[in-house]
This record gives sequence, structure tokens and C-alpha cells, in this order.
Amino acid sequence: MFEKLLFGNLNYEAFPFLYNPIITGATIFTILVGLIILGVVTYNKLWVYIWKEWITTIDHKKIGVMYMILAFIMLFRGFCDAALMRSQQAIAVGHSAGYLPPEHYDQIFTAHGVIMIFFMAMPFMFGLFNLAVPLQIGARDVAYPYLNSLSFWLTAVGAGLVMISLYVGEFAKTGWLAYPPLSGIVYSPGVGVDYYIWAVQISGVGSLLSGINFLVTIFKMRAPGMTLFKMPVFIWTVLCSCVLIILAFPVLTATLALLFLDRFFGMHFFTMAFGGNAMMYINLIWIWGHPEVYILVLPAFGVFSEVVANFCRKALFGYHTMVWATLSITVLSFVVWLHHFFTMGAGANVNAFFGIATMIIAIPTGVKVFNWIFTMHHGRVHFATPMLWTMGFITTFAIGGMTGVLMSIPPVDFQVHNSLFLVAHFHNVIIGGVVFGYFAGFIYWFPKIFGYKLDEKLGKFAFWFWLVGFYVAFMPLYVVGLMGMTRRLNHYGEATGWHPYLVVAAGGAVLIGIGIFFQFLQFYVSYKNRVKNREQTGDAWEGGRTLEWSIPSPAPFYNFAVIPSVDTLYPFWQQKQKIAAGEKPVAPHYQDIHMPKNTATGFWIAMFGGCVCFGLIWHIYWLIAVGLIGVFAATIMRTFDTKIDYYVKADEVTRTENSYLKGAV
Amino acid sequence: MNKLKNLFFIVPAIGLALLLSGCKLAILDPQGPIAAGEKQLLIDATLLMLIIVIPVILISWGFAWRYRASNKKATYRPDEAHNNIIEFFCWLVPCIIIIVLGIMTWRSSHELDPYKPLDSKVPPITIQVISLNWKWLFIYPDQHIATINFLQIPVNTPIQFLITSDAPMNSLEIPQLAGQIYAMGGMQTKLHIMGNTVGDYMGLSTNLSGAGFSDMNFVVRVSTQAQFDQWIKTAQSAPNKLTVGVYNKLTEPTMKDPVRYFSDIAPNLFHDVIMKFMMPIPALDVANDGTEVLKLGHKNV
Amino acid sequence: MSTHEHHDHHQQETDSRLVFGFWLYIMSDCLIFASLFAAFAVLHNATFDGFSVKQFTDLPYVLTETLFLLASSFTYGMAILSLYKNNRNKVITWLIITFLLGLCFVALEVNEFTHLIGEGHGPDSSAAMSSFFTLVGTHGFHVSMGLFWMLVMIIQLFVFNTSDAVKRRLTYLGLFWAFLDIVWIFVFSIVYLMGAI
Repeated sequence: MFEKLLFGNLNYEAFPFLYNPIITGATIFTILVGLIILGVVTYNKLWVYIWKEWITTIDHKKIGVMYMILAFIMLFRGFCDAALMRSQQAIAVGHSAGYLPPEHYDQIFTAHGVIMIFFMAMPFMFGLFNLAVPLQIGARDVAYPYLNSLSFWLTAVGAGLVMISLYVGEFAKTGWLAYPPLSGIVYSPGVGVDYYIWAVQISGVGSLLSGINFLVTIFKMRAPGMTLFKMPVFIWTVLCSCVLIILAFPVLTATLALLFLDRFFGMHFFTMAFGGNAMMYINLIWIWGHPEVYILVLPAFGVFSEVVANFCRKALFGYHTMVWATLSITVLSFVVWLHHFFTMGAGANVNAFFGIATMIIAIPTGVKVFNWIFTMHHGRVHFATPMLWTMGFITTFAIGGMTGVLMSIPPVDFQVHNSLFLVAHFHNVIIGGVVFGYFAGFIYWFPKIFGYKLDEKLGKFAFWFWLVGFYVAFMPLYVVGLMGMTRRLNHYGEATGWHPYLVVAAGGAVLIGIGIFFQFLQFYVSYKNRVKNREQTGDAWEGGRTLEWSIPSPAPFYNFAVIPSVDTLYPFWQQKQKIAAGEKPVAPHYQDIHMPKNTATGFWIAMFGGCVCFGLIWHIYWLIAVGLIGVFAATIMRTFDTKIDYYVKADEVTRTENSYLKGAV
Repeated sequence: MNKLKNLFFIVPAIGLALLLSGCKLAILDPQGPIAAGEKQLLIDATLLMLIIVIPVILISWGFAWRYRASNKKATYRPDEAHNNIIEFFCWLVPCIIIIVLGIMTWRSSHELDPYKPLDSKVPPITIQVISLNWKWLFIYPDQHIATINFLQIPVNTPIQFLITSDAPMNSLEIPQLAGQIYAMGGMQTKLHIMGNTVGDYMGLSTNLSGAGFSDMNFVVRVSTQAQFDQWIKTAQSAPNKLTVGVYNKLTEPTMKDPVRYFSDIAPNLFHDVIMKFMMPIPALDVANDGTEVLKLGHKNV
Repeated sequence: MSTHEHHDHHQQETDSRLVFGFWLYIMSDCLIFASLFAAFAVLHNATFDGFSVKQFTDLPYVLTETLFLLASSFTYGMAILSLYKNNRNKVITWLIITFLLGLCFVALEVNEFTHLIGEGHGPDSSAAMSSFFTLVGTHGFHVSMGLFWMLVMIIQLFVFNTSDAVKRRLTYLGLFWAFLDIVWIFVFSIVYLMGAI
């Protein structure tokens, strides 16, 4: 009784590392890595620095960097899951059951999907927003710096919950969208689905807050003169992405809340019995899920637009069509969700409507591709790594887009729905579109944040391994999809003929793994050579057109010493041309700069929020209470704090700016 | 780097070779009118889109090469950001392709609608399908037989599947005969198929339903009418009867179930399996078994 | 431009930015309610052959609830009027009245819920009841949060008087409170009124 009070449903069985050798190994490895990191931090006396400069920071650039770190850690974890899946399917043919029984294998593919979307792609995207948006619109920070820090920590806590589920309890075995009734309490009595719900829920709140934050930032904090149609395309795509976040994420929150009510309080929204309706879940989750695809990919499109213009030393072709294409994709993304379940039997008219609506999205998307291509036309194309990722994207995305349109034809979808053809398709667009785009953006803006470039040679290695690895890993999946292989299979018969393809696909995973290895090596080597690779001009890639390249690198903490005035789409390009024509720049007149102070409130709210989630997962009621009190206390205490901002004196601004001119920073 | 580029071409080549030798491309090797229609659609749509996709890819490579920074001979116009004619075609070409595809979609969605009965002079056979944890139960109501994980149908005869689930959602697919449709608890979906060639085909569940999902395979045997009649007779003489009690046992989770036949089916079983989720369980007509009623299989009951 | 004017301008700009963000939050919350309304629309007949909203709707009772909530919006408006006159004590008085009215609303709702659960028609009895409890309960939860917020604001009025930050927060709370009123009108008409007819 007392134990139940103290530990809820936690017991011996909840700790698989006590009795499962594989997990014991993984746990020991994790603990060792953790101890090494803690040791290094303590040895170098970095605790105070980390707390003051990072954990409590509300500087958008530092928050962006933390998002990036989170995204790369989770990319590694998600890739490990992928490698396990590929090797299981390469082995488990005929009488062999492979090495992963369904109860592990099902957790792995669920975790892979959840991690890659919610804890790799989303943090990566918000990281890019943070790094680039204020700098591109000529602002000193986002609209709500403290909320920004809260958003990050909520996302980090969500990722933490997924990681904890490795060692305490289990993760969901339901697939990444946890369709009921399988995810209901009857068929999934364990805590896996609860981990899923709360990890996604808490990071979802973070995403929603970020969406609001950046939309307000873009609407209210642009540099004077920057009208909507003088915004860089990346800003347009972020704007549309944020609109989608604000419209779609509440639906996800509501849907998962209902699933939670079913599981926790025995309600009947999505149960089979007592009138529950699982189809409603599938509808609701895709009303969020389809826009989510565009939430992720639109900013990637924005990155490509910036990159292609910079590296072609030429204005982006068809700026206005680009903007209208983005806007139409935003609107259309809300009327296509049903194409994820044509096979529910909705009837020919409904299916045809949603199928055609889906195809229509291909038109603005196709226009975008043409615009990127025609930007190269009459340009001077420099093949630095961001441009390589862009080239890889155009080819890959064209193929992925084609298979996507193919599946929007209902009768074709009846055949390939839920098959590996589908798996190949969405990896084709997500890796080829989203991931390539984010990598390009990361490398592109890296020098602006850190003041040195990433190693180009290793970056090219990483690119080629990723690209080739992608094709080797996923083209065979198209084929086995056409051979009738369905997704999420744990093992399959010899007679199916799928085996050789899956072996090739596993080889592709190895190549991608090498690509990831080169990326990490690239970070290390670039950091080591940071003095040598110092970027001093501020215009790291030389083709900069937008405001972020007009300030020194690394960007000072207040971003702009003087808020620029804008009267053209490409202010920095114009400024460079004026200077080249012999015009003298006006000597800046510095004023005091109003800045927000760091705060730990966001961190504490997220941590206590994590306690609430953990308590709800394991039914530990005192922990829920403690967490809730903590969340409220932290929030309220913040509202009683009046010393939340300060002024950077004009003298200090002058000193900082001059030190940049001397190259001393 | 060159080796890598070679790999880029070698791997698809190997893939193509495997593809041609394998001949197990279920979806591209249809044996019934529905699957054949779906395959044709898949190929037509692909070819139509390749008209635009291949040039796009080639032009992107071509432009990148032609306008590479080291090629100083190429024209350089840094401010050329707009061209009405090009932009008009950028919209026009995708629009045309999508209009054609849209027409194809509208027509095919109706022609190949899984709910549409098939045209044939032969009267259709109805088969009721219940997906269970983790096996398929096929009931032939007019023949009064049922099978587990095995389906036999006569050639060139339209089949009407009525599908539901007494387990998490599954999806019924026989790739060489027709595309899939979901099997959902408390709901009934329909699928119409027909087999044109005698033979054994793979059937499977294409929606994750839990630990035993990977083994929810079954053989679909398309046979001659005479063989089918013979098979029905054999099944009708099977000693096992599908009473409500036996059915309740079947709903318990099992994996890799062997093929089994049942000869006598509790009346209205399929209907009652759907309705038991929608309202309190009625006293079933329990002719075979005086005490048993359908179990809800639900913890809260 | 004097420093004072400069800061004033800055303040206005910040205010408009902050209020815009709060509007966006309300819009997203609106979508949560929209999802719950959709769930209710789909499930309200899925009674598992049993008890439905029709059978317990007591319109006078619900009307009383409604009146309490509408009255609380009126008194909140009075509080805001006093706020612009910087009359702290009046603001506090009106807020306390608003709080009590809101509390009555929540109490009536809790009473209805306990009554239903006591008779065995709890949220776990059928999909229809799940969707009823969740939709109405989520609104009630919002109102309770609003009441809690009101308490905090009363304390802040004591501590900070009618400072800019307090004014801004009371504006937010006012938006929130009005939003809950509107949602309740929908709950009232769609759940109770249409249920009763």
C-alpha cells in the first residue's frame, strides 16, 4: 500500500536493465557517457558557466544552438533505431525470427518515428528559426524571449521522457501515431503509450508556444521599412509554418488528451466498446498530421530559397510566385488529411475529392522547384556544401514528390497504402526535403552564430554518404513495396523474395551512418580549427543579400547595434553595391539598447512539468501534485519579478562594435 | 569521389536486375480485374509524371553545370529575378499534368471503388471477414462454413467481402487480386474482388495490430468451380462447429494459427460481432450452446 | 524625442505585441474547444443504448449557471472601468464579486457532475457521456483556472497597485474571461439546448 503511494505503478519489472542483458549494456553505456560528460564539466569548472550562459539564457541565438544540439543527439538516437530495424529485417527471413522479438521491435519503430518527427525535425526547425529569424528581420530578439526559453525546455523534457522510457518501463508499441484501439488501455495496458502521450504532449505545448512566439516576432518586430513583400522568402515560410503550428497543434493536444482520458479514466472516445469511435482519432490526428508535414517542409523550402540565391550570386527567381506558392500550400494543407486513410472506405466521391486536393498541392510545389532551377540560370553557381544539399534535394524531392502524387490516387493507394512503398515515399520527401534542407540551413548560418565555418571537405564527405546512402537504403523499399511488403513487419517468409532488397537497404543504412559519423567529425574538426577558419567579413558565403549578413560574425548578443532601415527586398546586396560604387557608409550613431535579463523560470517550469508527466505515466500522485505546485509557483513568482530587463550603454555598444572592426573578438 | 558516383549508378542497375529476375512484383503482376486496373493506373500516372520529372532533374543538373562559377563564359545576370513567360510556363505545365491526373483520379476512384459490385453474369459469393488477434476468420454464410487463415474462391466469380474486426484495426489485402480496405471493430467495410487465374496468392494484414501481426498471412486459393464445390463439401463435413463459445475462444490472442475449418456457424454471428460494441449484448440466439453469449473482450465490463 | 517619450512609445509597441500574442493563444485554445465540440457532435448519440444528455438536461438549472457566468463578465467589465480610473480598491471589490460569481458557476457544474456520477452515468459509462463530461469539464477547468488567476491578480493589485504590468495582465484576463463566456454560449446552445429539444 505504502509502496503504491510512493512509487505508483513503478516496480521491479519497470527496470528492464535489471534483467535484460541488452538493455543492461545500453544503460551502462549511457551512464558511462553521462559520467564522462559530468566529469569533464566539473573538471573544467563549467557548471556556473553552463547555468548562467546557457540554461538560463533567453538569447535566441543560444537557444537556437541548444535546439541544434538536442536535434543532433536525437538524430543519432533515431538513427540507431533505424539501424536496428534495418538489420532485423535483413535477418528475419524464413525460419529466422531475427534478434528483436515483436515487443522490442515494435517499440523501436515507434520510437524511431516519434523521435525523428517530434524530437529531431521539430527542434532542428525551431533551432533554425531561432538562429535566423530575428537576424533576417533586423530584430534584437524574438517577441517573447522568456517564452522562447520555456519552449525549448519543454521540448527537451519531452525528449528526456522518450529517453527515460528506454530504461524505466517501455515505449509505445503502436506505431508513431498510436492508432486506437491498439493504443487503448485494453490492447496496450503498459506505460508505453503513456510515455508517448506525455512526451509528445509536453513538447507539443512547447511547439505551440514557439509558433505563437515567431508569428508575433515576424508580424511585430520587423525592421522599419520591411513590408511583408520585402521579407526574405525564409521569413515567409516561417510565417506560414507558424500559422500552421497555431492551427494544427491544438488539435493534436486535444486528440492526445482524449486518448489519455480513455486510458486514465476509462472513458470511451476511441475504445471499440461503449460507442467509442476509433476512426475519429484517425481523422483528428491527421488533421494535425498532414499540416505537420508542411510545418516541417516549408521552412526547408525557405532555406533552399536563401541558399540558392546566395550561392548563385543572383536574386531568387520569381520571388512573388514563391510567396504565393507558399501561401497556397499553407491553405491547401488543411484539406487533404483524408488521403492518409482512403482505405477506411469513405466512398468514391470523398476519396476522389481528397485525392485531387492533394495533387493540387503538387502545382505550387512544382513552381517552387522551377524557381530554384531558374535561379541557377544566368547565375554563378558555387558548390559549397549548402548548395550541394540543395542540388541533392531537387533531384530527390522530384522523385519523392512523384511517388507522393502517385499515392494520392485512391485506387493506387489501396495497393501501396501502409506498404514499404509508402515508407520509401515519406523518407524520400522527409530526408530529401526536410533533413537536407535543415542541414543546408545549419551549415549556411553556422558562421553567423559561431564566427567560423564548418569544414567543407568533411561536409562534402558527409553529403555524399548521406545522398548515396539514402538511395541505397530507400530505392529497394519502393521495390519491396510493389512486391506487397507491408510496413512494420517483424519477420517474413522466404518465398516472398523480399530478402535481397532488404539486405541492400541495410547496406544503405550503413552508408547513412557513415555520413552521420562524418558530420560529427566535421563538428569536432571545425571546432578544433576554429581560429584558422575564422570568418571575419560577416558575409561568410560572399553572396549574402539579407540583413543577417550585414552584421559581424559571430553576431553580437544584441544582434544589431543600430536597427537597420529597409527599403528593398535585398538590403545588404544593395548596400554592398553602393559601397562598391564608391559610396561611403554613414558613421553609425549608437544608443542604449534595451535587453531582457536571463531567467531560470522557463527551465523550472519545464522540469516541474516533466514531474507531472512522469507522475501521470506511473500513477505517482504525490509527484503530480509536487509538479503542478512547482509549475504554478514558478509562473507566479515570475510575474512578481519586476527586474527583468536592463540597458546596454551606448559606450559598451561602441566598444563591442569597434572590437569587431579590429578583428579582436 | 568518382567511386561514389559510380556506386550511384551501379546500385540502381543491380536493383533493376533483381527486379527483372524476381518476378514476384505482386502489385505489378495482377490476377484479377481490380488489381489489373490499379496496376494500369499506377503505370499510366507514373509515365505521365515522368514527362515532367525527368526533364526537371536533367535541367537542374544541366543548369548547375553550365552556370558553375568557374565557367566564366556563361552569361551572368545577377538581377534577373523575374520573367513572365518562364513563370507562366512554370505554372502552366504542372497545372496541365495535374488536370489530366485529376480526371484520371475522379474516374478511377469510381470505377475501382471497393464498394462497387463487379459486373459479371456469375452470381457473387459473399464472404464475411473478421480480423482477430492475430488471425483471420472467413465466414461463408451461404455455404455455412468458416475458415481460419485460408480462403478459397472460384475463378472468374465476383466475391463480396464484408469486413469487420474483433481486435485492433487490421487491413485486408490480397495484392494480386485487389487493394486493401480496413477492418475496424464495430464497423463494416466492403471489398469486391475477382480472380481470373487459378493459383495460390498471398493475403495479409497491412495494418499493425500488435505482437502477432507479422504472421497474419493467409493463402488465397483461386480454383475452378468444380474444385471449389468439392472444397466446400469437405469443409462442410469438418467436425468443428463455430458456436458462440468456440468463437469466444477464438478471440483470445494466438499467433501463427494453422488453417482450420468450421462446418456450422452460429446464426447472425458476423452481425452480432459488430453490434456487441454498439449496445449492451442482447440475449443471442444460442441454438447451439445454451449459455454462451458473445464476450466483449473488454476490461471494463 | 525625449527619453520619456521614447520609453512611452516603446511601451506601446511592446503592449500591442504582447496582446497580439495573447490573441493567438486564445485562437489556439478555441481550436481545442473546436476539437472537443467535434468529438461531441460525433459521439453524442453513441450512448451504448443508454443514458443521453436529453434525459438529464434541466434547462432552468443550466440557465442559472449561464446567468452567473454572464453576470461575472459584466462585473469584470466594471473592474476594468475602475482600472482605467486607477481606483485600486474598486477594482479589487469588483474582482472579488466576479470571483464569487464564477465560483458559483463552477460549484453548480461540480454539483451536476457529482450528481450524474453518483447515479452511474459517469464519463466512463458511454462514449456520449465521455464527450459530454470532457467538453463541459474542459470549459469548467478553464473557468477554474481563470478564478485562480483572478486571485493572483487581486494580490498583485495589493502589491503593485495599478501598474502597467498589472493593467496588461488584467486586460489578458478580461479577454480570457470573455472568451470563456462565448465558449459557454456555444456549450449551452449545442449541448444543453439542442439536447433538450
